[in-house]
Amino acid sequence: MPTSRPGGEIRRQMLASMILVRAFENRLSKLVADKEDVLGMQILATGQEAASVASVQALTPEDVIVSNHRSHGHLLARNADIKTIMAEIMGKATGVNKGKSGTLHLIVPEVNALMTSTVVGAGPSMAAGAAFAQQYRDERAITAVFFGDGAAAEGNVHEAMNLAGVWKLPLLFICENNCWAGAQALKEHCAVGNIAVRASSYGMPGKLVDGNDADEVHSAVSELAEHCRSGKGPALLEAYTYRMRGHGEHDHQHYVDKEELELWAAKDPIRIYRARLVQEGLLTEEDVRGMERDASARVEEAVRFAAESPFPAPEAAVEDVWVQSPWAGR
Amino acid sequence: MLEMHTGVAVREALTLAMEQDERIFIAGEGVGVSIHDSPLMPTYGLLQKFGPRRVKDTPVSEAAIAGLAVGAANLGLLPVVEIMFFPFITLASDMLVNHAAKLRYLSGGKSSFPLTVRVKTGIGFQAGCQHCHPLEAWMAHIPGLKVVYASTPADAKGLLLSAIFDPDPVIVIEEMGLYWMKGDVPEGDVRVPLGKARLVKPGRDVTIVAYGSAVYTALQAAGQLEAEGISAEVIDLRSLVPLDKQAVLESVKKTGRFVTVHDANKFCGFGAELAAMVAEEAFDSLKAPVRRVAAPEAPVPFCPPQEKFYKPDAGKVNAAVKGIMK
Ligand SMILES: Cc1ncc(C[n+]2csc(CCOP(=O)(O)OP(=O)(O)O)c2C)c(N)n1
Repeated sequence: MPTSRPGGEIRRQMLASMILVRAFENRLSKLVADKEDVLGMQILATGQEAASVASVQALTPEDVIVSNHRSHGHLLARNADIKTIMAEIMGKATGVNKGKSGTLHLIVPEVNALMTSTVVGAGPSMAAGAAFAQQYRDERAITAVFFGDGAAAEGNVHEAMNLAGVWKLPLLFICENNCWAGAQALKEHCAVGNIAVRASSYGMPGKLVDGNDADEVHSAVSELAEHCRSGKGPALLEAYTYRMRGHGEHDHQHYVDKEELELWAAKDPIRIYRARLVQEGLLTEEDVRGMERDASARVEEAVRFAAESPFPAPEAAVEDVWVQSPWAGR
Repeated sequence: MLEMHTGVAVREALTLAMEQDERIFIAGEGVGVSIHDSPLMPTYGLLQKFGPRRVKDTPVSEAAIAGLAVGAANLGLLPVVEIMFFPFITLASDMLVNHAAKLRYLSGGKSSFPLTVRVKTGIGFQAGCQHCHPLEAWMAHIPGLKVVYASTPADAKGLLLSAIFDPDPVIVIEEMGLYWMKGDVPEGDVRVPLGKARLVKPGRDVTIVAYGSAVYTALQAAGQLEAEGISAEVIDLRSLVPLDKQAVLESVKKTGRFVTVHDANKFCGFGAELAAMVAEEAFDSLKAPVRRVAAPEAPVPFCPPQEKFYKPDAGKVNAAVKGIMK
């Protein structure tokens, strides 16, 4: 049980946000299956909604977040504009990154989701730089960086943790351990078996929580973010969760044990949270259905907006390389 | 001869090599168990065939993968490691650029590093520029690294076999779009020597040099030009380092015109090296300026109309040739 529970309004918001993220990703998955308008790889985070949403909601809007290839939950929980995100995923001119990024490296400076990388393990290094800038300028804000259990094997992640530890940077490392790195199970790529224990090697507090429990994640992030904010240096949170779908929509999980999937399906973070909030009287079933209707309407509106938006001009491919292009007119 | 996909031809080379030489092991992210459950993928089924001693799935750790290859090669193994997508070679670059390429030199020729790095590349998958960045010129710029790039299933097999048994570090670039292309492949351990270009189509009026899928762009352009009475010779380099200078220079001496085609950026791209080489060593044969057809100066875009604009096509090659025909 978490030490301090978030308040009722926050908990209602977390459920609504988780429902929105699930609706958004389910719709994307259907668009891929119907081969409509959705391009390239689609990387979803079904099952990880509590970890992503509760983490983001425990931060302040001024805190910088650095995300990775599985970013829909982080961005939607930040209230990033759902329509321009959908348009970006479809490669449209109205997309949040003008069609240059697609789903993999969504960057939304409007909501302080300043940097993203799909190069696994790159986020923590950049996040150390962001946290340094905050420390340098004596800001209240901190940086939170999201990465996977697989990413934790990259040298960059170790280097960033060490630097942050030595310099006491206001940097919260959030590892969403979804038990898989591609087709590799955790025990095949991680010698210790959990990521949070590393914290002690780098002089910071580390905490392992049930990543499918939004309340637990929220409390842990609040507590560790406070540690970072108060100048005591970095912290590491490991949210233990599960990737319910393939690595991307092209992956049909041929290597996954069906019983394991069923086990985790029973721990669906949204179902658990919904039942808890209703049971505690914070919401009625009808309230939740309202949230679902609202989510579905917003997603449909986003799909419509994206589908009706034009592709960017082909020649715009050479724009945005520089602030002023030395190649203009060539 | 057997007809097979390029992906299968790559696997043929790996299988043949591993069967005949115990020193060979393969390692990389998903070379054993992959999210791609397709028999057209190069390492499909190799874990079942050779077991976990010789087929090693690694953590997501490119620097460690490359370091593993360097250290194991120095102790007499023949590592064949995989870097999933070309841009991630940057993470392996310390081991490749500062170590694999230099330790033989530093040892005064006493050490050798017979390692092979297979790296996947290709534009047209809507993956964006962190998954797609043709960096072959970057690799070719490093003395001590050999760089090969096949365009046919037969060459994919033959070049990889040569690379694996080559005593030096070789970067083998595999274009993913070609995995699905079929062609005739010689049976058995038939190697394509490193440093020998392939004459794809003879011609009189202009030499077009390409590698990888750009060879097909060049061929398509050559077909269109033929219909207009212009005879283009198309050469597939197959190996950027060592480079078959002779094949290129002799062709230019015959045709008097020179055009390069590749999917990588033009500025400091491999075409620049070829153009400089021709200018230095075959200037007197040139009847017209050299032309380079390449990608514009931007990272690879994500959305399809921009990706299409970005990748050089036959129309651009055609226009470049016509521009120097008068
Ligand atoms: C440097 C680098 N190497 C390999 C890849 C290919 N790749 C993309 S996601 C992934 C697995 C990452 O696992 P994890 O960090 O646990 O994140 P998850 O996908 O499980 O959310 C790999 C190997 C990459 N994008 N970047």
